[in-house]
Amino acid sequence: MLGYLLLVILIASALGYLFNYYSARRLTASGEKLHSLAGFHGVYAICLTGLPAFIFVLLWLLFQESVIEAIVAGGLSEAELAGMDEGQKSLLMAEIRSAAQGNVFGEPKPFMMAAAESLNNLRTTAWMALSVCVVAILGLGMFLARRKISAAFRARQAVEKVVSGFMIFCALVAIVTTLGIILSLVYESLRFFDRVPISEFLFGLNWEPQIPIREDQVAASGAFGWLPVLLGTLVITVVALVVAVPIGIFSAIYLNEFASPTLRAVAKPLLELLAGVPTVVYGFFAILVVAPALRSAGASLGIDIAPNTALAAGGVMGIMLIPFISSFTDDALNAVPRSLRDGSLALGATRGETVMKVMFPAAIPGISGGILLAVSRAIGETMIVVMAAGLIAKMTVNPLDSVTTVTVQIVTLLIGDTEFDNPKTLAAFALGLMLFIVTLMLNVLALTIVRKYREAYD
Amino acid sequence: MTDIPNLPNIDWKDPALAVRLKRRNGKDNWLCWAGLGALGAACLTLVILLASLLVSGLPAFTQTHVTLDFEILAEKVPADDPGKGKFRTIVRDAIYAHFPDITNRREKRALAGMISNGAQYELRDYVIDNPDLIGSTVSLRVPVSDPYDQLAKGLIDPQTPEENRRLKDAEIANFDALADKGLISKPLNLALIANADSRFPELAGLSGALWGSFYALLVCFLISFPVGIAAGIYLEEFAPKNRFTDLIEVNINNLAAVPSVVFGLLALVAFIGWFGLPRSAPLLGGMTLSLMTLPTIIIATRIAVQAVPPSIRDAALGLGASRHQVVTGHVLPLAIPGILTGTIIGLARALGETAPLLLIGMNAFITQAPDSVMDPATALPTQIFIWADSPERGFVSRTSAAICVLLAFLIVMNGLAIYLRKRFERHW
Repeated sequence: MLGYLLLVILIASALGYLFNYYSARRLTASGEKLHSLAGFHGVYAICLTGLPAFIFVLLWLLFQESVIEAIVAGGLSEAELAGMDEGQKSLLMAEIRSAAQGNVFGEPKPFMMAAAESLNNLRTTAWMALSVCVVAILGLGMFLARRKISAAFRARQAVEKVVSGFMIFCALVAIVTTLGIILSLVYESLRFFDRVPISEFLFGLNWEPQIPIREDQVAASGAFGWLPVLLGTLVITVVALVVAVPIGIFSAIYLNEFASPTLRAVAKPLLELLAGVPTVVYGFFAILVVAPALRSAGASLGIDIAPNTALAAGGVMGIMLIPFISSFTDDALNAVPRSLRDGSLALGATRGETVMKVMFPAAIPGISGGILLAVSRAIGETMIVVMAAGLIAKMTVNPLDSVTTVTVQIVTLLIGDTEFDNPKTLAAFALGLMLFIVTLMLNVLALTIVRKYREAYD
Repeated sequence: MTDIPNLPNIDWKDPALAVRLKRRNGKDNWLCWAGLGALGAACLTLVILLASLLVSGLPAFTQTHVTLDFEILAEKVPADDPGKGKFRTIVRDAIYAHFPDITNRREKRALAGMISNGAQYELRDYVIDNPDLIGSTVSLRVPVSDPYDQLAKGLIDPQTPEENRRLKDAEIANFDALADKGLISKPLNLALIANADSRFPELAGLSGALWGSFYALLVCFLISFPVGIAAGIYLEEFAPKNRFTDLIEVNINNLAAVPSVVFGLLALVAFIGWFGLPRSAPLLGGMTLSLMTLPTIIIATRIAVQAVPPSIRDAALGLGASRHQVVTGHVLPLAIPGILTGTIIGLARALGETAPLLLIGMNAFITQAPDSVMDPATALPTQIFIWADSPERGFVSRTSAAICVLLAFLIVMNGLAIYLRKRFERHW
């Protein structure tokens, strides 16, 4: 259905192009001098036919389903909806939808079948209306485009204006995305703070979000203080940095100062390879290899290590961050002016002294910017901790224990749950908002440090 | 004549100097070894990572099968509608036929458990394709169930105490009897690629995930490629330098560093909640991934466009081309290899992205490959996540195998990007 419609638009655009192109050529043949090349007249026709029709179809499809469902839901009488809360209503709508597709389970009530039928009827009507509108737009566009053909018509400028408009729109997508993130997170978080006071969320020491969704369910009473979750995130981040920072910095120093060109050419892509491994693979690596190894090592030393210890998740995350730190260190060391290095070597310092006492201090701003970005990565990293870290929030800084993180909570609270009407699911958005704010601040800070320091040497 | 400055009188033969120098060189060496150690540690973890995945994934690339003779009796399979035949009993009878001594009901049930649940459906499809076989005996190779598969691959140790084992001694003996008759074989596990997900490890495959990932990446490419190029070119060639343009740039740089799970939250609220797109659909996944890929493509476009020398623009402008014509006729064709390289790298990253797909429900249990971008589907990384969470032993090696498939795709894509860069790299 949609395919045919798009095909019609495509054909109409091609026809419009050819019509206008040949009309313009005929003008040239009759001795007139065109302002714009004939091709621009053709593209101008596409801008008036296919483009608006396509945009119209996209907008229509975007709103069709929600409008139709609103109409169907509005058509249900009060008596049928009596005593239903939001969740049951949306469940009812889902049943009507699946009944409309022909999947009928059990004995549905007659009003549901009627609603499903009206849903199907509305859909058919909507398609017809859409098709008629598209054909009308195409016809009108072709008519307008044909009327415009003349030797003096500035088709090129018109086309370029449309193209510029498209480019500006595309550049705005980035801003719209950021706005969308902020709006959606703030909106859902505000709904959460309606139910749970913001002070409890920010300063509470208890996190037990598994509240009962049905009335007869056995579950925790519900507590939404995010501090233990934050603490768990920080524990894992610290473990990751303890692994990544020394290994990353030392390997960058080695590659930069001591390694032969051949070794450099081999080792650098290998490090990049570590950066290209998807995080879900690291997560599986953590539960397949690292956690059991740590556990048996702990058992042989007589230390009790939790099966989903923060050490495993943090350590594997550290491995993921090594190439990140090392490439930032490498860049920072390379940005130190050669004169500083040569001066130090000329004064008789060894290579090691030059690196540690001259180059490294000069590179510290760049490196610390990189570390800040790594921290933001570690805080926002999801899959490794979802697979390898725990689910229970504890106020502990012991890395041998199992801790949970902000991202783990977001994922576990939202998997399988679609209704945003209870504090449990809404809490995920409050956590997401905090995550967004923290990582944004870290990123901005890091970029500022890096930029400032670059200016100092340029 | 220049004055020679007064050098301090250095006694080069002073033993204290030699000691000092040795100490300093020693520190140098220490630093060198520390660096080498760090580098070695990083490379070692990479090797351990790849090796452990390969070792644990290798068994999943074969699947133990048993060859049995199935009697397709006409009374059990109606000729007019072979799909309704009693293939379950046919399969059971075929395995019972090899063990005429076993009459005990419980032992019989254990025996039937040797054959995978999918065998009856394989047989059914085979008979539907060849209806003239009804009434004859068919020799067919069917998969065995997961515990026996593990046994055949040596992953179940018969030496462990019986109560700690998934297979009892009698069951192992039955399997060995079949093996002695030469009926057990271990062909390449084609189901891993051909089948969609299943509850049974021996039947589970990646086809649903592969198609889901393909559709999602297709949508992601169709959105982010044109939009990314247009935005990059606008910012580099047309945008006036003002605060608004700065704002866009800061935005793009920040989007590149926003945690991926946040994009999942955005998709959940905006795409599903406000626009009513269907959950679990590759369309939704692709749209989410395109938001994350967009900054990569924009940045790649800008770098590639910057690399085109201004002389080319000046020449075209001097010949009377408009600024748009300069871009479409000259700058873009010269920049496209660089843009493509960046796009492929961005798509490779999108292929491995998991967290946002989890939030929009692409981790559902779906036993059918999607036919379009609107059908519910999983993606390769989310399938890995599902299998990693499954308790059956057989899924451990299948998870590793799926990871190997994912890594193979990533290597191919990145290799293609490197090839493109090498092949079309131009120095002006």
